[in-house]
Amino acid sequence: MSVLLEVDAIDVAYGDFRALHGITLTVAEGETLAVIGANGAGKSTLLKTIAGLLRPSAGQIRFDGHNVSHTPAHRRVREGIALTPEGRRIFASLTVEENLRVGAHGRRPGPWNLQTVYDAFPLLAEKRTRRGAHLSGGEQQATAIGRALMSNPRLLLLDEVSLGLAPVVIADIYKALPAIAEKGTTVLVVEQDLTQALTVADRVQCLLEGRTVLEGAAADVTREQVQAAYFGVETADGREAG
Amino acid sequence: MDWINAVLQGVLLGGQYALLACGLSLIFGVMRIVNLAHGVLAVASAYLALWLVQQTGMPSFLTIVVVIPVLAAVGYAIQRGLFNPALRHGELSPLLVSFGLAVIGANLLQEIFTADSRKISIGDLSTSSVELGGLRLGVFSLLTLVVAVAVIVGLQLYLSHTRIGRAMRATRDDPEAATLMGIDERHMYALATAIAIGTVALAGVFLGMSTQFSPTYGDLVLIFAFEAVIIGGLGSLWGTLLGGLVLGVAQTVGAQIDPAYGVLAGHLVFLVVLLFRPQGLLPKAVVA
Repeated sequence: MSVLLEVDAIDVAYGDFRALHGITLTVAEGETLAVIGANGAGKSTLLKTIAGLLRPSAGQIRFDGHNVSHTPAHRRVREGIALTPEGRRIFASLTVEENLRVGAHGRRPGPWNLQTVYDAFPLLAEKRTRRGAHLSGGEQQATAIGRALMSNPRLLLLDEVSLGLAPVVIADIYKALPAIAEKGTTVLVVEQDLTQALTVADRVQCLLEGRTVLEGAAADVTREQVQAAYFGVETADGREAG
Repeated sequence: MDWINAVLQGVLLGGQYALLACGLSLIFGVMRIVNLAHGVLAVASAYLALWLVQQTGMPSFLTIVVVIPVLAAVGYAIQRGLFNPALRHGELSPLLVSFGLAVIGANLLQEIFTADSRKISIGDLSTSSVELGGLRLGVFSLLTLVVAVAVIVGLQLYLSHTRIGRAMRATRDDPEAATLMGIDERHMYALATAIAIGTVALAGVFLGMSTQFSPTYGDLVLIFAFEAVIIGGLGSLWGTLLGGLVLGVAQTVGAQIDPAYGVLAGHLVFLVVLLFRPQGLLPKAVVA
């Protein structure tokens, strides 16, 4: 499998506060990588930087072999990077269907269109004429993912899909992920919910305070290892994780 | 009968105000920018049309095919070159920039065209009228009202049903999320301003055909347009149409009471709306 995304030793800062320190990760075409970590670990910052909303102060982001560190966010979408942002950010005065159509603004060709998105999220088909402001959390999240898919991305970035949602709703939304991966879309998912992250991912990378503390195939890492890394306590092999 | 006539004439006058105001409404609706250069751009459009008629002998109405694209291009350039950079420094900055633009614009017009009052000639059309149940309605005023309604309906359809219109509404709701959809926010804002100033150009040419104008006439245009937008409800184009009509009727009915009270009555209605219904008569249904 060829490498689709390479994040090479990036530093990201908000003013004086450095949110990411030399983060490196690679995602192969077609795989699903879960980045996990507690609040404030820098997960959302990482995704925003890959999507182009934030600029790294050091390091490089390469997409499909070329450097996109200085490409503005709206052009990265056209190259095939789509982010479902933290908080969903649904367009409140637009209907579900209009939200989805705006997702297709860049007119990238691919498998995703209104019909295939409605097939993946049947609840959206029923709510197609409802305005974003009047959607439940789960409907908003499904709209946000559908909207990102409408740009036919090669790389889909999902930020905290489970945040603030009831477990049944989370399970419902995660049910759609295999269908997305099946269409060949590479997925980078950021999660606090370990169970969901470990079920859908091929590989897991754990962040703590802006640094990578654990990395491995999802099938190989144990819950204990992840939990240890997550909270920054000593890991099984005796390495100080924090 | 006099009162019915006053109301009808007010509706016709309101058509002109609505046409003048919809560009202001659109710019505010999409970008939350109050464009104080609105009036001077309308007057500049009238001067450009007048100049074209004088220099090329072009028929008055044909000038809009030149004036609208030229002013739309000016609008695009103003947004990209001035308002977009100003927006980065907060919401007040574009207001100040547009104020500066209004002052510079009015002085430039004075420099080029002198302070004399002018009018674009439309021949017999300015005096011809039709009779309707004993009331006389000016043909040109009727035409202005029809154009105003057509422009507002057209803008609504454009915003509701086209790819760019949807992108504009999305950008208004959440500019950062819009960039994540592949929308270039700065370009989208500039397109919105180009369309808005295009409507201002049309309104300006119609204004120049209906009344005497001078370089400082833009101040009055800005006030009337602003009042129409506020009465109707900020950010709502249908509201702006209604606001224009209400303002027009208030002015003509006020003038019916006493010819000196026309403009004053308009201001009073504006103040009453501002006091008792500050969101306007037809505010936007969903607040983003």
